[in-house]
Amino acid sequence: MSITSRVKKVLTGNHATAYAVMQARVDVIPAYPITPQTTIVEKLDEFIENGLLDASMIRVESEHSAMAAAIGASAAGARTYTATSSHGLLYMYENLWWAANARLPIVATFVTRAIGPPWNIWSDHQDIFTLRDSGWILFMAKNAQEAYDLTLQAFKIAENPNIRLPVGIGYDGFYISHTSEPVEMLAQDEVDAFLPDKRSIKPLLDPSNPYTIGNLPEASFNFLIRKNMWGSMESSIDYIKKVGYEYYLLTGRNYGDLVDKYRCEDADTIFVSIGAMANEGMVAVDRLRSKGHKVGHMALRLLRPYPEDEVIDSIGNAERIIVMSRAVSMGKGGILFTDLIDVVYRNRLNVDVYDIVVGLAGVEVVDNDFIKVYNDVLDGIFDKRETIFLMGGKYV
Amino acid sequence: MSKVLYPVSKPGAGAVGKTSTWRWQRPVINLDKCTKCGLCWLYCPEPAFEINEEGYPVVKYDWCKGCGICYNECPVNAIEMVNEE
Amino acid sequence: MSKPRLVSTIGEKEYYYPGHAACHGCGASIGLRHLLKAIGPNAILAVPAGCTSIIAGRANLSTFGIPFIHTAFGSAASVASGIIEALDRLGKKDVNVVVWAGDGGTFDIGFASLSGAAERGHNILYVLDDNEAYMNTGIQRSGATPRGAWTTTTIKGKKEGKKNILDIMRAHNIPYLATASVAYPLDFHRKVKKALSIKGFKFIHLMSPCPPGWRFDMHLTVEVARKAVLSGVWILMEIENGLLRLNPPSNTMLEKRRLPVEEYVKMQGRFRFLKGELLEEFKRDVERNWERIKKILEEQSR
Repeated sequence: MSITSRVKKVLTGNHATAYAVMQARVDVIPAYPITPQTTIVEKLDEFIENGLLDASMIRVESEHSAMAAAIGASAAGARTYTATSSHGLLYMYENLWWAANARLPIVATFVTRAIGPPWNIWSDHQDIFTLRDSGWILFMAKNAQEAYDLTLQAFKIAENPNIRLPVGIGYDGFYISHTSEPVEMLAQDEVDAFLPDKRSIKPLLDPSNPYTIGNLPEASFNFLIRKNMWGSMESSIDYIKKVGYEYYLLTGRNYGDLVDKYRCEDADTIFVSIGAMANEGMVAVDRLRSKGHKVGHMALRLLRPYPEDEVIDSIGNAERIIVMSRAVSMGKGGILFTDLIDVVYRNRLNVDVYDIVVGLAGVEVVDNDFIKVYNDVLDGIFDKRETIFLMGGKYV
Repeated sequence: MSKVLYPVSKPGAGAVGKTSTWRWQRPVINLDKCTKCGLCWLYCPEPAFEINEEGYPVVKYDWCKGCGICYNECPVNAIEMVNEE
Repeated sequence: MSKPRLVSTIGEKEYYYPGHAACHGCGASIGLRHLLKAIGPNAILAVPAGCTSIIAGRANLSTFGIPFIHTAFGSAASVASGIIEALDRLGKKDVNVVVWAGDGGTFDIGFASLSGAAERGHNILYVLDDNEAYMNTGIQRSGATPRGAWTTTTIKGKKEGKKNILDIMRAHNIPYLATASVAYPLDFHRKVKKALSIKGFKFIHLMSPCPPGWRFDMHLTVEVARKAVLSGVWILMEIENGLLRLNPPSNTMLEKRRLPVEEYVKMQGRFRFLKGELLEEFKRDVERNWERIKKILEEQSR
């Protein structure tokens, strides 16, 4: 039965997501199974079969087709959702860009997982970061509650007629997708009031207004299409904050901040990380604070568009930033680091930035890793020009 | 926020301009021979034919690329291909 | 009125606009024009990469008078699956969803999505526009290229035969399959209409000769297509609910009342290597097709 009043349930990240998708009353769900995404789709299928969700599940033969079907459904005007991970994301890659360039308000969950070979089902963030240049608005949740909350907000953001960009919500495979925690869900009528009317999605494929989507343009027109997408991306930040604030008024959970700042106010050192390991970073901050160290942590909740102003604001007067990336740009550096460093340069911030790569291939990252790096930074053992790899408490 | 610029196009003739410039021969119909069978109209890939009120085919020279399929398919040889100047 | 009868049969109104980018004498263009006449304005067309990506013209104008979506090369059938499900949700149940895809987008890169959509039984008409090679990129061989044909990637003639896509699609147990030819537009028109009247996944395999790719003069497109049928290289048929029926003129050709295969082959420069044993094998390919059909018809009549 539908959720008639607010309820707290113990849910995995994947099931929390499935509940949000159900409550968003999506129309079409094209999906293909892949570990660790699978239980989202299984749960949605169950909702449909049990009459809790009136939607079409398209059980496609590949992820490439999952995103293709999502493109068709969204272009025809349906509220559309899918989910994938890792190789599934890479297999749908072409169509992920197609969806963004066609300005289709698809919402997708990317349960992060390492990319092989060798085969590996554990979490790192390499997969979701392949989308950073694509035009997808990308969130990163750090627990099941955020996965639920951001999924609902995603539909509202994507479908704004002045944004019309697909939105992805990432979270760590297994750490979040398969572990259970209490999740507060909204009543259905609250969700209905929060989200826009799904029939206000403008269909691009409509016999009463026969457009062709994607004809070859002059290069200069194509340039303007790309520039327009950039503009929508940039200006979406304000709307994302607005939606987050509205959600805060509804739930008391603060999404108006795109950067989840933790004890940054007077910090001289700030850690940066995303997803599940951000929770470990915050534990490390508490432990270091208890010994008198002025440290803080910022978890980026929004990866794209990059929340530059809030990042600058969070840095404040800090002397050093330690960026802990769970993904590496081969031959360049940790991806969260490379994202941040240009903000530092463009704004002439006087701050040292350290590039630490951790947790690749699902190697566990714990509070001690943050503390070790912090101590070693203070001891001055790193060359700031280097990308440092830390695995299980050891530099490798 | 600015308006979204969608990569969409509206229907219309001449999506690559007037294709008469592609032509080096033009079909000319001899109405005395024409039996109004409509095959030239049927097979035209552009389409660059219309049928007038009397049932005769009329070439729309703005669009005809001069491929000559109509000339080849005409069962009574009523169409001649004439070199363009 | 004194308009030709065939004009009133298939309708005068055009949804395929002239001034498009198809080559002179393009066979696919004849097919597209008649497809659009048959499906009418209350339809949505999904088209993967191929010649039609170019034919559609330059933004902000389009050759197509109906809603049209360009798709990634391997994705047309899946995009169409999404469209039909969305229309169903939106209560727009009378809109025809149609795929128009080339042989590359069907036999090769799009095959998985085609097979998936057929297996799911989506209510889509899939029209395969077969010009027997990747023409838009400049004539490279595909799984549809016939034995012996020159392409830029089979410069001494293709050694392998053409994949039998109709049999593969027939094995999907879909309610309607047909072949068609741009030389027989009324037959094609009827088959499209017939397909649209049937719920489920429908597949029409249209042969459309390509003057630059097949190396023949641009005025001969329809004649080449006709010779393909009259020589028995291309067989007009339809399979409705599993029952195969030959269509005119192929229905008179079971007992070899066909033009010699050479009549078809010699018109085309692409077959310049099709001689000797290779030509004999090509003819055996044709015979095998007819034998298979004969067998099916015999089994049906039992």
